[in-house]
Amino acid sequence: MTRVAAFLLRRRGGKGWHWTDVFTWMWLIGGVVLMFGPAVWLAGSSFKSPAALAEFPPSILPYVTAEATVEGYEKPLPLYRVAGEDGETRILAQVRRIGIVAQMVDPKAPGEIVKVNIADRTPVREISFATENYTEPFLHFDFFLYLRNSLFVTLMATLITLVTNSMAAFALSKYQFRGRSFVMLLILATLMVPLSVILVPLYSIISAMGLFNSLWGVILPTVATPTGVFLLRQYMLTIPDELIDAARMDRASEWQIYWRIVLPLTAPALAVLAIFSVVWRWNDFLWPLIVLSRKELYTLQVGLNTYAGELNVQWHYILAMTVVTMLPVVLVFVFLQRFITTGIAGSGLK
Amino acid sequence: MGRITLDGIAKAYGSVDVLGDIDLKIDDGELVVFVGPSGCGKSTLLRLIAGLDKPTAGEIRIDGAVVNRVPAADRGLAMVFQSYALYPHMSVRGNMAFGLENSHMPRKEIEARIAEAARMLEIGPYLDRRPGQLSGGQRQRVAIGRAIVRNPTAFLLDEPLSNLDAELRVTMRAELAALHARLKTTMIYVTHDQVEAMTLADRIVVLRAGRIEQVDTPLNLFNKPANLFVAGFIGAPNMNFFPGTVDAALPDGLSVSFLDGQSAPVKADPGVAAAASGALTLGIRPQHLHLAQEGEPQFPVTVTLVEALGAETVVHGVTGGGARVLAVLPGQPEIAKGDAVALSYKRDLLHAFDGDGIRLAGN
Repeated sequence: MTRVAAFLLRRRGGKGWHWTDVFTWMWLIGGVVLMFGPAVWLAGSSFKSPAALAEFPPSILPYVTAEATVEGYEKPLPLYRVAGEDGETRILAQVRRIGIVAQMVDPKAPGEIVKVNIADRTPVREISFATENYTEPFLHFDFFLYLRNSLFVTLMATLITLVTNSMAAFALSKYQFRGRSFVMLLILATLMVPLSVILVPLYSIISAMGLFNSLWGVILPTVATPTGVFLLRQYMLTIPDELIDAARMDRASEWQIYWRIVLPLTAPALAVLAIFSVVWRWNDFLWPLIVLSRKELYTLQVGLNTYAGELNVQWHYILAMTVVTMLPVVLVFVFLQRFITTGIAGSGLK
Repeated sequence: MGRITLDGIAKAYGSVDVLGDIDLKIDDGELVVFVGPSGCGKSTLLRLIAGLDKPTAGEIRIDGAVVNRVPAADRGLAMVFQSYALYPHMSVRGNMAFGLENSHMPRKEIEARIAEAARMLEIGPYLDRRPGQLSGGQRQRVAIGRAIVRNPTAFLLDEPLSNLDAELRVTMRAELAALHARLKTTMIYVTHDQVEAMTLADRIVVLRAGRIEQVDTPLNLFNKPANLFVAGFIGAPNMNFFPGTVDAALPDGLSVSFLDGQSAPVKADPGVAAAASGALTLGIRPQHLHLAQEGEPQFPVTVTLVEALGAETVVHGVTGGGARVLAVLPGQPEIAKGDAVALSYKRDLLHAFDGDGIRLAGN
């Protein structure tokens, strides 16, 4: 612990504070707040009841007003801290509120109604996690169906992405042919075209192919990624050509060279692309929303959208399910971060 | 069977001529070494034979059949690459089996061949390791093993020893020679190291700038270099060259003067002798110079550097006329930098080249 502290707290100015120390701390703390703030807010809010969500100013932890069952009243009554005229603070339960006067009752002596100005009372708050935000959707929302669709789309799309992109990368890195650079450039140029631009033509293609309202309609248009081809090609360029010559001398067919020599050696870059692809496809929203109109085909992200109705947005469910859908991606990054950084560095610089 | 014939082979990359006019016959069981300075096209020539590149002109025949259009895989050749090109993700066994599996050989036969090669090359203990876990010498053996199991008609070796340290290179060189003696398979060996070429080769092909300069046995190359390039390239340290002039024609050659008043007869073919007039170049190998005795023809040299190697001493010097001289003297003569010594030579070991650098005589 002391070493960690020493590492974290060491300063350029030695004992004093150099201005760069101050700047670094501010910068990093700012970064942490910027990056983690929304995530923390999301996780915290996902446990809030709808009432707590509507509260202003918002709190980070999910607070609710404490309630108590008082003899003579059917429903539990909310508790308030009331400063009496004698300066003593008592905890009273509110029976009802009329204008600016609250009718309150002491839980210990339920017979007597006390009238209190609402300015003189503050709610007794306690932390309470609204776990039903999580459990309810599992029971009433088709979470598992959506999860299955999402998994199918993510895994299939990733698998096909890896195979097609690596084949393209193999051809573009290991074969000499006229127009090779042009083809590569063309592929990279598609990076400049965002999905929203080709949405309509893509839709008509999918529709013409009869893939509308089919998970394959979600999968197929996304599998050829210029980023993936570029990433893999750069990595494959580092595989020595002598290996391929050796395989040719070893009577390997071109397919065997690709499948048994080049592909295994590209594994680090493939891992990176797989991680990216999983994250991309898992988080996809716009395209599945367009292609899928039948509820039983929804992916998780589209399914979440059903909570946002025209008149009523069920924020508590949206937030809770957002946390759930975020988890796999977070886990992927936590555990595979090493591959991502080494893979990108390796494929870009070598 | 492993006769390889090259007939008028040329190779150009775009407008750059890499190889041209390559005619060569390699007999079955022969170990031929391609040698030359870097960039001379020797590796390209090997790749043409292997089928990894296509010649722009000429014919390649293996056992009489033209193989220009036959892909590398079907030429029945095996190649050992400079970087070994072992598949890093496969075990040693996997590396050796890969080529055989691709020919759909039965598992048993593959195992037997690998066992045989492993025994021959003493790599049995490493069969299940990955190439990354092996030392340079072991990787070299595996690369050779991968070639051997194929039972090829000929081995093509592209600078196979250049990645090894000096000591290991000597050992592996001897092992390669022994291997060739045992397998009696045709081998084509590319190197820029003339010691490897001299020690291994049945015949050496000296290449320069994409052209064959001379093809002959190692000793013939050393004793009768066909031109100035071969004379300078083969033999270490390099041959001394001195400009000379023709004094007179002799019945079987020329009388030549060189080095400020030295004069010697050199043999030359009659036709050549007549053609050669005026300037020519004389060559003496450093090993053929010795400290002059009384009465011998001699020339004075000022010593600029002495490299004592123990068994022999390399003396660098300058003649009165300013020509640099290298002499390899046996033993440990007492010579120091700045000394003036007289060197002598054997007249019958002189090499003479005409103005175009072509050998005049077969001394």
